[in-house]
Amino acid sequence: METIPMPAINFAAVMPETILSVFAMVLLLVNVFVPGKQKAYLAYLSLIGIIAAGVSVFNAWDAPLALREGFNGSVLQDNFSLFFKGIFLVSAALTLLISDQYLNRENCNHGEIYPLILLSTAGMMLMASGTDLMTIFLGLEVLSVSLYVLAGFNRDNVKSNEAGLKYFLLGAFSTGFLLYGMALTYGATGSTKIGSIASFVAQNAAVTANPLFLVGMLLMAVGFSFKIAAAPFHMWTPDVYEGAPTPITAFMSAGPKAAGFAAFIRVMIFAFPTLKADWSDLLWILAVLTMTVGNIIALSQDNIKRMLAYSSIAHAGYALVGFAAGNAEGAAGILFYMLSYAFMNIGAFAIIVLIGKKGEANNNIADFAGLGFRRPVLALLMAIFLFSLAGIPPMVGFVGKFYLFSAAIKSGFIWLAIIGVLNSAASVYYYLRVMVYMYMKDPVEEFDWVKVTPAIALSLLISVAGVMIPGVVPGYLLQLAQKAVLF
Amino acid sequence: MLGAYLPIIVLVAVAAAFGLGSIILSSLIGQKKPSDVKMSPYECGCDPVGSARERFSIKFYIIAMLFILFDIEAVFLYPWAVLFKRLGMFGLMEMGVFIVILFVGYIYVWKKGALEWE
Amino acid sequence: MLALNNYLIISAILFSIGTIGVLVRRNAIVIFMCVEMMLNAVNLTFIAFSKYLGNIDGQIFVFFVMTVAAAEAAVGLALMIAFFKNRESIDVEDINVMKW
Repeated sequence: METIPMPAINFAAVMPETILSVFAMVLLLVNVFVPGKQKAYLAYLSLIGIIAAGVSVFNAWDAPLALREGFNGSVLQDNFSLFFKGIFLVSAALTLLISDQYLNRENCNHGEIYPLILLSTAGMMLMASGTDLMTIFLGLEVLSVSLYVLAGFNRDNVKSNEAGLKYFLLGAFSTGFLLYGMALTYGATGSTKIGSIASFVAQNAAVTANPLFLVGMLLMAVGFSFKIAAAPFHMWTPDVYEGAPTPITAFMSAGPKAAGFAAFIRVMIFAFPTLKADWSDLLWILAVLTMTVGNIIALSQDNIKRMLAYSSIAHAGYALVGFAAGNAEGAAGILFYMLSYAFMNIGAFAIIVLIGKKGEANNNIADFAGLGFRRPVLALLMAIFLFSLAGIPPMVGFVGKFYLFSAAIKSGFIWLAIIGVLNSAASVYYYLRVMVYMYMKDPVEEFDWVKVTPAIALSLLISVAGVMIPGVVPGYLLQLAQKAVLF
Repeated sequence: MLGAYLPIIVLVAVAAAFGLGSIILSSLIGQKKPSDVKMSPYECGCDPVGSARERFSIKFYIIAMLFILFDIEAVFLYPWAVLFKRLGMFGLMEMGVFIVILFVGYIYVWKKGALEWE
Repeated sequence: MLALNNYLIISAILFSIGTIGVLVRRNAIVIFMCVEMMLNAVNLTFIAFSKYLGNIDGQIFVFFVMTVAAAEAAVGLALMIAFFKNRESIDVEDINVMKW
């Protein structure tokens, strides 16, 4: 009866995840034990958790390898994953700040939303730092299961019900594909560890002709494409984004999409580096489809949440351009773009939360008519976020796109960059449409119900700072992103 | 290779033949005198109360959901129980963390009143 | 002993049945059951490979897939109940408030 030797656990490697999970569990209990209808204090407690996790992310930057690897090589908290963790924390924090007002208005102020946001953030983090297919899968599921609930959180609203159910059915379906891909890859290479898969592929070139292996890689790509909402696997996005509670839509478009990219990049670049020619071909097709489909359908949308849903599909397409390039610039570009996308998109959604009325009403583009005359500051902020989404300098969206497309050109995908620029130009139309309503139409309403609470003001302030400062002086953030991809 | 499965196949065939045979034989040689009482569904000999296609109370679903969740966690306890001594103190602590997390969920469910029947 | 191929073929068949079921069935519960079938087909693949390779990772993976499937089932049932309360149906044809 000798004891089994235990692998090194090293909790330092999962510190941010641990902090968030503990906070989530404590908040869950606080929520049921403390009576009262006001749940805003839970949002602030969650923010403390997020800040604590942020501190641990900050401290782990550039840490020695011994502190990064844990759980027998299943988790690696490298700079790459730390940058992504920063993105997740930013999106979660901004979402928390805009949630309370919305939840009170919609009469669904159940405190569970805060633990769920924290848990899904922890899931995203695990996905970004997972170096074992098992860890990536578990992170993905922690994220997805929390998000299914969050999407259907507004129980009494039919649209929210639908969004939750649709997201659940399609999400579970796509998980099936991802898992089957993982199983076949495991069978072909004999390991679920990304490092072992990579070295097996490097040593046995014959495996690349093995149909099991190729189908496995393809199915995993399909599964991840579902999660990042790349066309033709984007069908769930518009309905879910439109139906989900607005702050959750903001969260979903920023955090989970970035998490999907993190895991996708990790699997493709780390596990299958020798097959770059194959997956690069696959990805540029996806990128072109995704950009074009997203932008063309966004042109004809009237509901602003739905319009931003299609725009978020298009933005996944731009990020895929950098991914298809397959070089370090492309990967750094995705990191930079995902962070700036979190700022500009959640900022825009914060304004939508403010303009909206009870029962998910007032979410049409026409409802913004005359906002520029009645609430000039809000309209200006909205204009800044939309210009940034459209990729107009000096906003951060321009820098991000510029970086992604130049990475594509460096890899020889010149026409791919041209398609990207053309798409970007087309997208200006539907962002400008909102601006036309805000500044060139006569106000129909007085917007007297719009109350900017300190929390939302803070979130808007952070967002606009995140859009303007890196837009004018991108150097520092770009350097961080470049450092993060020095694998 | 497949020969090892022959006894099972034979058993399945015999069982199927016996079941089907009994039904066919009884329908061939049995008497048929249907009446209202005979055609009504059998409910422990009592008179049936209402239709069987009623809607069930939502409570059943909640209990079923909770059961699935807590039941499946036992899957992690089995391997640990089998290797309990060899995993030693470390295994015990890890399993303690696992149970504490489950317990948080249990307290939540309890306080929310999901376990109350009325 | 059956060869590895037999297991792989049967799990591929099960996975395909599940996929087709998701695409053609209209009842949300049945669709979810088809998804579960896909997951269990994957589990069979994992177990077969694990046995064939003499590597325990696949079996551990199956444990996690099972627990995750249970969590998904609970969340899915809850979402369906919420939907049913508002719409008196769980037919996916009725998931139609939002249209493009």
